[in-house]
Amino acid sequence: MAGKTLYDKLWDDHLVAQNDDGSALIYIDRQLLHEVTSPQAFEGLKLAGRKPRRIDANLATPDHNVPTTDRTKGIEDPISRIQVQTLDDNCDEYGVTEFKMDDIRQGIVHVIGPEQGYTLPGITMVCGDSHTATHGAFGAMAFGVGTSEVEHVLATQCLRQKKMKNMLIKVDGKLGVGVTAKDIVLAVIGEIGTAGGNGHAMEFAGSAIEDLSMEGRMTICNMAIEAGARIGLVAVDDKTVEYVKGRPFAPKGEHWDMAVKAWRELKSDSDAQFDKVVELKAEDIIPQVTWGTSPEMVKPVTGTIPNPANESNAVKKEGIERALKYMDLKADMPITQIPVDKVFIGSCTNSRIEDLREAAAVAKGRKVAASVKLAMVVPGSGLVKQQAEAEGLDKIFIEAGFQWREPGCSMCLAMNADRLEPGEHCASTSNRNFEGRQGQGGRTHLVSPGMAAAAAVYGHFTDVRELELQPITGGAH
Amino acid sequence: MEAFTQHTGLAVPLDRANVDTDAIIPKQFLKSIKRSGFGPNLFDEWRYLDHGEPGMDNSKRPVNPDFVLNFPRYKGASVLLARENFGCGSSREHAPWALEDYGIKAVIAPSFADIFFNNCFKNGILPIILDHDTVDLLFKETEANEGYKLDINLEQQTITRPNGEVINFDVEPDRKHSLLNGLDDIGITLQQEAAITAYEEERKKRAPWLFNN
Repeated sequence: MAGKTLYDKLWDDHLVAQNDDGSALIYIDRQLLHEVTSPQAFEGLKLAGRKPRRIDANLATPDHNVPTTDRTKGIEDPISRIQVQTLDDNCDEYGVTEFKMDDIRQGIVHVIGPEQGYTLPGITMVCGDSHTATHGAFGAMAFGVGTSEVEHVLATQCLRQKKMKNMLIKVDGKLGVGVTAKDIVLAVIGEIGTAGGNGHAMEFAGSAIEDLSMEGRMTICNMAIEAGARIGLVAVDDKTVEYVKGRPFAPKGEHWDMAVKAWRELKSDSDAQFDKVVELKAEDIIPQVTWGTSPEMVKPVTGTIPNPANESNAVKKEGIERALKYMDLKADMPITQIPVDKVFIGSCTNSRIEDLREAAAVAKGRKVAASVKLAMVVPGSGLVKQQAEAEGLDKIFIEAGFQWREPGCSMCLAMNADRLEPGEHCASTSNRNFEGRQGQGGRTHLVSPGMAAAAAVYGHFTDVRELELQPITGGAH
Repeated sequence: MEAFTQHTGLAVPLDRANVDTDAIIPKQFLKSIKRSGFGPNLFDEWRYLDHGEPGMDNSKRPVNPDFVLNFPRYKGASVLLARENFGCGSSREHAPWALEDYGIKAVIAPSFADIFFNNCFKNGILPIILDHDTVDLLFKETEANEGYKLDINLEQQTITRPNGEVINFDVEPDRKHSLLNGLDDIGITLQQEAAITAYEEERKKRAPWLFNN
């Protein structure tokens, strides 16, 4: 019999019941809650007269709606304010641990989970947010759910699920200088498409993945959903264990030893069978820039914008034409000629300390181009912000002409006041370049933090590998 | 949840691939703490010519005459024809809430994004996967024939075209059962309380650090 994949192991370990109708009941160890997808879940619970099953299995923070500017006056937008207030009220009423807006630990759910050691190897974790895949970087089965399932987990600590297929993305070799985890995952999406991982749990493996820091692995798993996979996974190794050790919610004492022993098993067996395997060579990956309105519309910075005349598939051809029109770009134009109006460094994809260091290494000693209207850095959490300030990164950014903001989701989805104006091109370290994602009529280009900083400095996309980088001192986390 | 058994409805063809949940319901409308009222803002950026914000009187906004849902011939449509990977992007259940509130009962496409597909079943919407050629045929017939209606029968797992020809579709047995009976998923899971408690007790022994907060 073939061995098990990491996903198989996590699935089997959380199987409460296998039902006759083909569905399974899966136990959910932990849930993250935020203000946008939880109010209707709490309301549903109340209407049905039900109580949360395990309060201790939930951690909450507001992130989507919070302002990234001065917070002393609260939230200006009354509708956003009510939504955040509703989260606060629900958490207070039920006793759910919440890092409120003025708490130093507040931040993007997918940044604070790992930062607090709330995200642990071997657990199942859900959140009403598709980027929950991020936590798979720790060898955890983590996936986004809708509000009905948020309520389901609150009430039962379980979900009815179908087991997915197994997909392996193997990236071997050494990444070039200036090429990052973001470029790996964008290259993967470019290769397999945004539906390439539909119905699959996607494990990332190979020497290039092993070489990545935990931050890099989180960036990759975060965007598994952009390749269609609800679940991204990386096997547990020494880096995983080292990262978790000593964090507030991490196991302590004898529990720590017991946990580490169990976590060491969290990898796919050498003879495990995958339903789909995709292999990439790290050396072939060049810094990536999306040019269109889907993450699969991506090219190396050295490339040119595709020409719809070269596409034989009619639906795809029309997709390219529509995207070029929306983005106001011409076929065959070099990527480096795309001008940039705004720059956003942040989001659950790229707002951790390593991401900020990477951008600061480009920004140090340089200035944001005069043609760039706004360049902003939004740390993923209050603690990331604090550490960045301790390392002097805030000063580097401010001196270069970037704005240094308070933590939150910000212009990744523009639910708060941070957004693009119609027609503006944005170099963004976020995860989605859909039409209107960063503001109606806005034009998003997804890139790594270093590439975003380089675009800010030059006012157009520039190959970060050609720049001399300033050393940024900062130890391990 | 409202049950879905049989539905006959006007089809509307949304001819683009990878329609994402940001397009289905833009983010500014996610600030609502309610489950209802999203219908007027379904496909807001495509449907209207101005920028929509919560609280606006949508009946007074300029509509985009070139967007298919606004064509007079598709008024009252309840069966949405779509292309590959419909519903990709975020997990927001506001997307099926908006479709449901608008009056869409079923979505037919060659493929769906996983989370959206799952969310539909929680809200009484039937997402149907058909092969690419069949979807293409339905697109062509819908566009060529005004008043083109499809008759969808979940019990029989059939779609009957106006000419009487029948297309069969697959649906997972447990999802079919829940939808046919309009069942409350949480209620079903709570019937397995004994199994959940037994699992939890065993998990406490294996991973006690997850119960110590």
